[in-house]
Amino acid sequence: MKKEKTVRPGSRPKNAGKTLKRIFQYMSRYRLRLFLVLVGITISSVAQIMGTAYLKKVVDGYLTPLLKQYDSGLFHGFIKTLFIMAGIYLTGVISTYAYSRIMLSVSTGTLYKIRTDMFRKMEALPVKYFDTHAHGDIMSRYTNDTDTLRELFSNTVANFIASAISVTGVFLMMLYLSWQLTILVVLMVIFMVWIIKTIGKKSGARFKEQQKYLGEVNGYIEEMFEGQRVVKVFCYEKESKEKFDKINSQLCEAATNANGSASVLMPIMGNLSHVLYAITAVFGGILSISGHLTIGAVVAFLQYTRNFSMPITQMSQQFNSILAALAGAERIFDMIDEEPEVDDGYVTLVNARVDEYGKLTETMDKTGIWAWKHPHKDGTTTLTRVKGEVDFDSVTFGYNAEKTVLNGVSLYAKVGQKIAFVGSTGAGKTTITNLINRFYDVPDGKIRYDGININKIKKDDLRRSLAMVLQDSHLFTGTVMENIRYGRPDAADEEIIAAAKLANAHSFIKHLPKGYDTLLTADGANLSQGQRQLLTIARAAVADPPVLILDEATSSIDTRTEALIEKGMDRLMEGRTVFVIAHRLSTVRNSHAIMVLENGEIIERGNHDSLIGQKGKYYQLYTGMFELS
Amino acid sequence: MYKRILACVGEYRKYAILTPLVMVGEVMMEILIPFVMASMIDKGILGEGGISYIVKMGALMVAMALVSLNFGRLGAKYGAKAGMGFAKNLRKTMFDKVQDFSFANVDKFQTSSLITRLTTDVTNTQNAFMMVIRMAARAPVMLVGATIMAVLINKRLSVVFLIAIPVLSVALGFIMSNAHPRFVKMLSLYDRMNNDVQENLTGIRVVKAFVREPDEVKKFEASADAVRRAQVFAEKLIILNNPVMQLSMYGCMIAILWFGGNMVIGGNFELGQLSSFINYIGQILMSLMMISMIFIMMIISRASMTRIYEVLEEKIDLTDEDSDKELKLENGSIEFKNVAFSYAKDKENLTLSKVNFAIKPGETIGIIGGTGSSKTTMVQLIPRLYDVLEGEVLVGGHNVKEYTLEHLRSEVAMVLQKNVLFSGSIIDNLRWGNKEATKEEIEEACKAAEAHDFIMSFPEGYETQLGQGGVNVSGGQKQRLCIARALLKKPKIIILDDSTSAVDTATDKKIREALKDKLSGTTTIIIAQRISSVSDADRVLVLEDGAVDAFDTPAVLMVNNEIYKEVYESQQKGA
Repeated sequence: MKKEKTVRPGSRPKNAGKTLKRIFQYMSRYRLRLFLVLVGITISSVAQIMGTAYLKKVVDGYLTPLLKQYDSGLFHGFIKTLFIMAGIYLTGVISTYAYSRIMLSVSTGTLYKIRTDMFRKMEALPVKYFDTHAHGDIMSRYTNDTDTLRELFSNTVANFIASAISVTGVFLMMLYLSWQLTILVVLMVIFMVWIIKTIGKKSGARFKEQQKYLGEVNGYIEEMFEGQRVVKVFCYEKESKEKFDKINSQLCEAATNANGSASVLMPIMGNLSHVLYAITAVFGGILSISGHLTIGAVVAFLQYTRNFSMPITQMSQQFNSILAALAGAERIFDMIDEEPEVDDGYVTLVNARVDEYGKLTETMDKTGIWAWKHPHKDGTTTLTRVKGEVDFDSVTFGYNAEKTVLNGVSLYAKVGQKIAFVGSTGAGKTTITNLINRFYDVPDGKIRYDGININKIKKDDLRRSLAMVLQDSHLFTGTVMENIRYGRPDAADEEIIAAAKLANAHSFIKHLPKGYDTLLTADGANLSQGQRQLLTIARAAVADPPVLILDEATSSIDTRTEALIEKGMDRLMEGRTVFVIAHRLSTVRNSHAIMVLENGEIIERGNHDSLIGQKGKYYQLYTGMFELS
Repeated sequence: MYKRILACVGEYRKYAILTPLVMVGEVMMEILIPFVMASMIDKGILGEGGISYIVKMGALMVAMALVSLNFGRLGAKYGAKAGMGFAKNLRKTMFDKVQDFSFANVDKFQTSSLITRLTTDVTNTQNAFMMVIRMAARAPVMLVGATIMAVLINKRLSVVFLIAIPVLSVALGFIMSNAHPRFVKMLSLYDRMNNDVQENLTGIRVVKAFVREPDEVKKFEASADAVRRAQVFAEKLIILNNPVMQLSMYGCMIAILWFGGNMVIGGNFELGQLSSFINYIGQILMSLMMISMIFIMMIISRASMTRIYEVLEEKIDLTDEDSDKELKLENGSIEFKNVAFSYAKDKENLTLSKVNFAIKPGETIGIIGGTGSSKTTMVQLIPRLYDVLEGEVLVGGHNVKEYTLEHLRSEVAMVLQKNVLFSGSIIDNLRWGNKEATKEEIEEACKAAEAHDFIMSFPEGYETQLGQGGVNVSGGQKQRLCIARALLKKPKIIILDDSTSAVDTATDKKIREALKDKLSGTTTIIIAQRISSVSDADRVLVLEDGAVDAFDTPAVLMVNNEIYKEVYESQQKGA
């Protein structure tokens, strides 16, 4: 289970266009609402521009003449214009609110869709994906990457569009007033954008560096906090603080550089636009004196220059956060595009009923009798009763191509047999369970379940016919009751209590503050390791499958408790095929067959007595244990 | 709360103060430049000034822009320094604090929550801080400056502001105070959603084995939908901010045009003054807008700040302030006197009660007991990982509270049940036990822990790099490395808490023999499930439900202790 150390990719997307298209596809079901947003933004921008125009009209058209000479007609015009202005402004305000509100529901809805799509995909990924990707890295797609997207939706997009609309409007007005001055302004703006780009490139590289150190610092925090107890036991606080100090300072330096160069943009652009204003004024003056332009036009043009450069500066800044959001979106889509677990199985698991002639028929009722439904090419199906026979036919497997973990393993488990695997760590015991469950697929050799190659059985149905109790006893946030019911959602409360009794968990559960309704927090931290294992055994008992896999299921339970649950375990194993993996030989002693694994091969097999008689590896392991007697 | 967090600005205070000051310079220029612009139009283009006046004013404007640019550049530089320095100190303070946390403190917060507090929450706080120092001076200066100018121009007309500003403040205050609880709610739902993801990541095998993917998806959809609704509910208020601002700005504008316009017509007010007055409304409302944005930022980050504050203010419940710095641990004797312990510090809910026993230096003690009998809890009291509720724990004849923690824990080595290795080479990990350990000492410890052989089987031997959490060694190998790491401390007491559960019995036996040979003077405590692991101990302590059931030699226990006999037999049956 190697976890790759992940290198955080830079904050630049690889294929911005494609990603943008994907995002729009996500939003496509809000097409109508997006259109309304666009209309709203346009109305509110236009209202702003028109408001300014009316302001001029009030001053030039009414107040100036009224000052010279009072005229009641003009005065009424003045009042009327004020009302029109109020109307325009009010429309603007209302549409601002309306588009923000619509955008809010569009953006939260889209985020919801992206999150659930990502989660649904994650659930469909093969176990290998989780074994080979750092969990922190997967997690950050749900947190950091969706956060940048949220920022994009809630602020950037609307601002960007608004800026674009006012730039276009102002540009047209400028062009209308004077093409000569417009060329001048455009040249200057191109120069300004070039500066933004140059600084942006530099700060982009610095941001990359900052991300690198940020990843390092966060990784260190995670590792040290997870190992906090070891730090305490070894009095390692001083060393760990010193090392943190070092990388934290590196991060600080990189972040200062990155942020410094990014936030210097705003004052540079703001003040360059003042320079632009001054230059335009001089040229405008020359043009008006030489008679190419009226004085009024120059004044209006200068007014528009101020409204032109500001939104462009804003847009260029927003451009950076758009790129960052696209980079995040790309990582999200990468995960959504991962190959899901392949499942070309066609044999399914169905409930069956046995008629008086012993013939199986499919039924929707819960009969407790299960059958494999085998479809044939001609459209007919055959039902065979699920028994629980498993055989391995020279199975060879490795997690990667270079190293095989299992080498030509063959074995046969008859219905109701208990097969045990013993051997030192790394011998390949857990791998066997990974294969039966098809967490990993076998390239060489065959595994058959009731004579059917497991690759032909639908994965979900295969897994439903098996129950596992794993070494790491994962519990979920929820009540004790819900955690046991995890094995079979439709189990009645009585069945759950019966299963808990079987696993000898009932007595401690009763002593919990709220009994079966006690809420377990993250990974059941309020229970001891042994108690958690008892719950996972109860969970498997509720599932009630024909085949049971116990992977170090009792390693944290003391042998006395194990002896207490033995009766329950015996009842649990009755009539089922059971695979047991254990270090503790007392756990495996009464198995029908014991496989001793070494380096991926079965080196000894037989029952306890015959293996002891062989005086081989098993004998050594066993006698090593009972030196006392 | 703010005071405590802001204290972390520390040596960067200089920049935190300079940033707003420089920003004031920039704002001044920003207020002055429009004057130059106005006179350029009024006197240069409309008036008599002509080209030469325009050029003169243009040059002045460029000069002012350059000055402003420099202020702005400095502001950006100082702001970044102050903000990033603040974040650095905040992280550092929190990290140090958490490193000093006792086990009980960590239990309270949970690791995953501590990590989020140090990462996401710090980032949020840092962003808010940078925004505040940049805007904090800018907005009020602009507000005050523009208001003064407006009042100077026309007192009667400024009454409009006096009405508008309180109305606006009440509206914004209403939005803010209602938004805060909604954001807190949203963040907690957000935590829950992330917890769902986290659980599915670690428990994916369980999910798949029980074919519960569809249910998990449904569960996640419910959490994601709750987040969506909470976000809409919270941001619904925030988006009111913009329209409210616009409404008051436009309202003022129209009111001023009406009243001001009438004054102009009546001859009491000049037209040019009216234009400047309108310009100032823009600036005043703009600065109010900035102030409201600061508040929004603070509200969003307040939830994060509260979480940081909780860490900073957490009382470390276990310190060695009253210890005797000179006191050295003389020998490895251990004595429990009437010890009672409770994780909840509640006398009604005791985990250990009335525990009494004494161990002589150099003894090897086995501890057995059922699941949940508090074996781990008991031994954790010896290196003082938790404090007793009642009674006392004596090590080397002194109460553990009399030693400094560092000294006590360097003499009492403990190999934890849930142990951790860190990323780095094997040798780096082993040196945790003793930084100055020589190659020979390390090899010796590894041989004793039966780790040397498998380490040497790796192509890079002791230099083999371990992934985070030691992911590339097997469970049994990990346990052996952890034992070797503890042995390197050369402690007077070593405690092995079920530390060989993943090691096969033969190797387990070899390790115990090596410990006996190499650590003859060291008190050894072994918690084990296997009876064979404790059967060669000098004495075995049988623990049952948090109390001592028996403490005697294995031979005696075989005769008169029911629990011991049962455990023995449970492992013997069928042999």
